[in-house]
Amino acid sequence: MDEEYDVVVLGTGLTECILSGLLSVEGKKVLHMDRNDYYGGDSASLNLTQLYRKFKPDQAPPSELGRDRDYAVDLIPKFIIASGELTKILVHTDVTRYLEFKQIAGSFVYRDGKISKVPSTEMEAVRSPLMGLFEKRRAKKFFEFLQNWKNEDPATHQGIDLDRDTMKTVYEKFGLEPGTQDFIGHAMALYLDDDYKTKAAREAYERIVLYTSSMARYGKSPYIYPLYGLGELPQSFARLSAIYGGTYMLDKQVDEIVTDGDGKFVGVRCGDETVKAKQVIGDPSYFGAGKSSEGGKVRVIEEGKVVRAICILKHPIPQTEDSDSAQIIIPQNQVGRRNDIYIAIVSATHNVCAKDIYVAIVSTIVETDRPEQEILPGLQLLGPIYEKFVSVSSLYTPTDSGTSDNIFITRSYDATSHFETVVEDVHDVWKRVVGKDLVLKKREVEVEA
Amino acid sequence: MSKQFQFKLVLLGESAVGKSSLVLRFVKDQFDDYRESTIGAAFLTQTVSLEDGTTVKFEIWDTAGQERYKSLAPMYYRNANCAVVVYDITQSASLEKARSWIRELQRQADPSIVIALCGNKSDLAARRQVTEEEAKKYADEEGLMWAETSAKSGEGVNEIFTAIAKKLPLTAPPSARAGGARAGPARTGVDLNKQPNAAPGQNEPCNC
Repeated sequence: MDEEYDVVVLGTGLTECILSGLLSVEGKKVLHMDRNDYYGGDSASLNLTQLYRKFKPDQAPPSELGRDRDYAVDLIPKFIIASGELTKILVHTDVTRYLEFKQIAGSFVYRDGKISKVPSTEMEAVRSPLMGLFEKRRAKKFFEFLQNWKNEDPATHQGIDLDRDTMKTVYEKFGLEPGTQDFIGHAMALYLDDDYKTKAAREAYERIVLYTSSMARYGKSPYIYPLYGLGELPQSFARLSAIYGGTYMLDKQVDEIVTDGDGKFVGVRCGDETVKAKQVIGDPSYFGAGKSSEGGKVRVIEEGKVVRAICILKHPIPQTEDSDSAQIIIPQNQVGRRNDIYIAIVSATHNVCAKDIYVAIVSTIVETDRPEQEILPGLQLLGPIYEKFVSVSSLYTPTDSGTSDNIFITRSYDATSHFETVVEDVHDVWKRVVGKDLVLKKREVEVEA
Repeated sequence: MSKQFQFKLVLLGESAVGKSSLVLRFVKDQFDDYRESTIGAAFLTQTVSLEDGTTVKFEIWDTAGQERYKSLAPMYYRNANCAVVVYDITQSASLEKARSWIRELQRQADPSIVIALCGNKSDLAARRQVTEEEAKKYADEEGLMWAETSAKSGEGVNEIFTAIAKKLPLTAPPSARAGGARAGPARTGVDLNKQPNAAPGQNEPCNC
């Protein structure tokens, strides 16, 4: 540990592992540490022993759940959007060699007490039970408008300016009912609340197009998922980093971020040893998250909280056509909330649990002082719950860009159901660390013998 | 028609016992005295032809240095069909480390994994600290294959990989769980590297 590094990375969550991998490929000398004896930090997937140790330390996993090693239970519920930004990074870095993906079988939305498939094309919209006959015609026109939109051809704009007009204006132009707006804005554009309606429609348009093009890519849903759980993602980027010379140390307690008189980063202290580096990148838990600052610099602040309930089931979720995996969105208006409730379910098909077991995670942004109560509408859709692990996590964000003190902090994993914001954070941190935009180049692949 | 099988092989052992050199000799028939750790290779592949016409293709995973601080990811062991655990015959401590890697394999890997214990640097027999008898006895007790090799001279290298190929179950095609199936036709998942069938579809935003 007496060597000097270009970058020390603290925490092996997905954001940190992508950054570590990309930095190593770029030729930086990287030391990557984690206090846990497993990879993944907050984005890990745990086996049964690790899961019970984390949430129910006085309890042993029941033997009827099967073999420990068959389990990889995600701590955060997220899926990969097939045509999204994470897919691009996976392909460009070639870490797809270590991973195998499967589709998520269905994308559903809750409305008036029932669960229905989210339509993603005008054809599906016409068949959807979510809309009445006249509403279907209006929705068809709306989807045609989006699909035919060409920036350079004003004839396709129908008088709408995506950069000036709000999404509310667009909905009104097509006369769409509030319930239709709910599934378009929440189950397709994947907004967590209704604030988007009063903003320029461009972003909503792009999100809906991303959803439909992802849907068109593999057919069943816009989402894909790595076999053996989301925890494979950080591991695969860690391997990329290691292959390009990155050094890995798990199970390593980090005791102090050492700075000089001007507050600039010097190194990290572990026990009596201090590792020196030019820069440090890490997740908020290594920079005082959740601890009193004791007069020191406040480096991260809490932006909100997310409640997540990991539920082990012995059956698929009712009303989902026995899907082996699915996302169900409960739009906030449907249950009188400000933020949506999400359900993500995966099963033995994805090699994350024993046969005939299903793992569902119900989550939402906390709005009251009784968080578990808030996810009740989601829990009630699951049917009998065999085991439940509820946790409330704070979402932290750095107070400073880090460019003046060389301390670069990533954000906590938010309540969105996908990895788009994680990749945004990767781009953002990269730019702060390297001083240039992240440009993904196709990696040279070792010629096979 | 001759059959081809593909298997995932993982290397284990203390740093500097010659894991990468062993693979380099096997895959490219090269040796470099001052070679540092593998840079930039996801994994290497090499094919062994058996007498009955069957070919066995190894997908060989190097530790990429992640063994140095005991930080190998579960992904490394996942679906490994065989493992070569390497020690250095001139360092008795490296055999102790090999024993702990074998315990780790027995804990983490599939129970059916074929394990070969490999005493490397047999060209340095003058400085030998680990006797053949000692290593062989341990391998027999644990039911492991055993051989001594020299990545430098090439002695015993092809032989140990061929012996592993013969020991692997060639009766049925590797199941979907086998690591090798990942790149093969048995793949059942979605392929991210394959572009969508339609050229920029009508759903795609315009880049103008």
